Amino acid sequence: MFRRICLSLLPSLVWTSMAAPAQVPGSLDARLKAIEESTKSAQSSGDNAWMLASCALVLFMTGPGLALFYGGLVRRKNVLATMMHSFVLMVLVTILWAVVGYSLAFGEGNSFIGGFQFVFMHGVGAAPNADYAPTIPHLTFMVFQLMFAIITPALISGAYAERMKFSTMLVYTTLWMLVVYFPMAHMVWGKGGLLNASMGGSIPCLDFAGGTVVHITSGISALVAAIVLGPRSGYRHEPMKPHNLVLSVIGACMLWFGWFGFNAGSALNASGLASSAFVATHFGAAAAAAGWILAEWLLNGKPSMLGGISGCVAGLVAITPASGFVQPMPALIIGFLAGIFCFFMVTFVKMRMGYDDSLDAFGVHGAGGTLGALLTGVFASSLVNPILKTAAGATLPSGLLEGNAAQLGNQAIGVLIALALGATGSFVCLKIAGALCGLRPDAEQEENGLDLSMHGEEGYNLDA
Amino acid sequence: MKKIEAVIQPYKLEDVKNALKAIGIDGMTITEVRGHGRQKGHKEVYRGQEYQVDLLPKVKLELIVATVRVEEVVQTLSAAARTGKIGDGKIFIYTVEEAIRIRNDERGEAAL
Repeated sequence: MFRRICLSLLPSLVWTSMAAPAQVPGSLDARLKAIEESTKSAQSSGDNAWMLASCALVLFMTGPGLALFYGGLVRRKNVLATMMHSFVLMVLVTILWAVVGYSLAFGEGNSFIGGFQFVFMHGVGAAPNADYAPTIPHLTFMVFQLMFAIITPALISGAYAERMKFSTMLVYTTLWMLVVYFPMAHMVWGKGGLLNASMGGSIPCLDFAGGTVVHITSGISALVAAIVLGPRSGYRHEPMKPHNLVLSVIGACMLWFGWFGFNAGSALNASGLASSAFVATHFGAAAAAAGWILAEWLLNGKPSMLGGISGCVAGLVAITPASGFVQPMPALIIGFLAGIFCFFMVTFVKMRMGYDDSLDAFGVHGAGGTLGALLTGVFASSLVNPILKTAAGATLPSGLLEGNAAQLGNQAIGVLIALALGATGSFVCLKIAGALCGLRPDAEQEENGLDLSMHGEEGYNLDA
Repeated sequence: MKKIEAVIQPYKLEDVKNALKAIGIDGMTITEVRGHGRQKGHKEVYRGQEYQVDLLPKVKLELIVATVRVEEVVQTLSAAARTGKIGDGKIFIYTVEEAIRIRNDERGEAAL
């Protein structure tokens, strides 16, 4: 089909090029320059179209995706408060990002945090930033990264759902972005960052779309939050069944859908690498859902819908750091292992340890992110993405299976830094927020539900 | 006058209503309730967290009939609600002292 269109266009192209000399006066150099310009602009248009769509896809993951996924898993009395966590972060993080966040993450600074050159969007315009994404406007790159910054703290809300004061949550998240997210994003993706693999970090850690930055930091911070806050009142005495799994299924499928922007968009252009990441993402999600459902079927006797969607999210998490480095078959393996691993984390490890991670933010994002980051070091292929190069520009092997065993070590260092920064950062931010506003609502407010006690409204007004 | 109170399987409500209508019983009050007798509940598992659900959804019918009709109504109701399996429900019969129609203060069986 494509070839037929090309052939039919050929005569007109020939005609155009023959007619061109009469229309474009000037030297051969000037005409070549004009052609180069128009080629560049065509590529930029194509890349920018995909990247703007990706930005919208990633925002769609938080609201409505995550809001529905988490909202369905809590009890009826907390549905709005839980959705509000995701929604208000779309508001709060955007403002933080515009004022100072983008600069701290992507400005040129030291190995650990960026500088202030982009504060208040100074110098961020339609012209591309050649360091990060030479074919799309700097504004597109900035807003794409913003969508990641939004979903990361929203993931943590799964751990403190149903029992944190709203004001405390706002203070905690603001501090957490400054202390944990902006530094971590700078270290892995920022120019000059310690772990940046493509821009000369001293410990190159492969993280295509945010396994360490997004999922490990949020997962471990979630675990710390669950422990510091203590369990929900009545935990393990009262039934705490999900109040509406239908919402959760819709939300999880929206996450799956939006994740194509998250991972394939992280190519920062509309290239073959984006297609490769797209396929890896999809394969990882499907294999992980299969892994969780099978494990559940064998051990509990029944394959559940909640297991299916939990598995798919676990797979999406695990494939995130690997998506732009691995071929389709390893993506299936990574996904399948993640599905089984996270199932064990959520069902057996959590029960044994006794912490109340309400919606399993740690069991899915912390555990799946760690597994994915390590497996990236195993399966990364220079055929998919020749990211590691010698000083002279020759391609080096990427992962363990290609003979680069040291990469597994670098991945482990990246994981450890993310775990350490996330855990200490989360702890400190919780203590400060708690001292300022008090961590939890009082017992009566928690009993009545946060929808009423924090927000003065209810999700389901059946008498209305 | 007697009050007949029956707790039945929700999916049998239509059959019971039709059977009662066929013998000329028009008035009844129904409530969606939850409960269990000898019937065991079921187990639900959410991410490894198990819940034993003992109280199952049932429908409770209440109807007041003239004493002479009690046996006939009970037979009809029972036959229509029966599947022969555990969980079919139960029927209780109480004596009613008085019935009053609010609209016009009619009393006794005339008010039914």
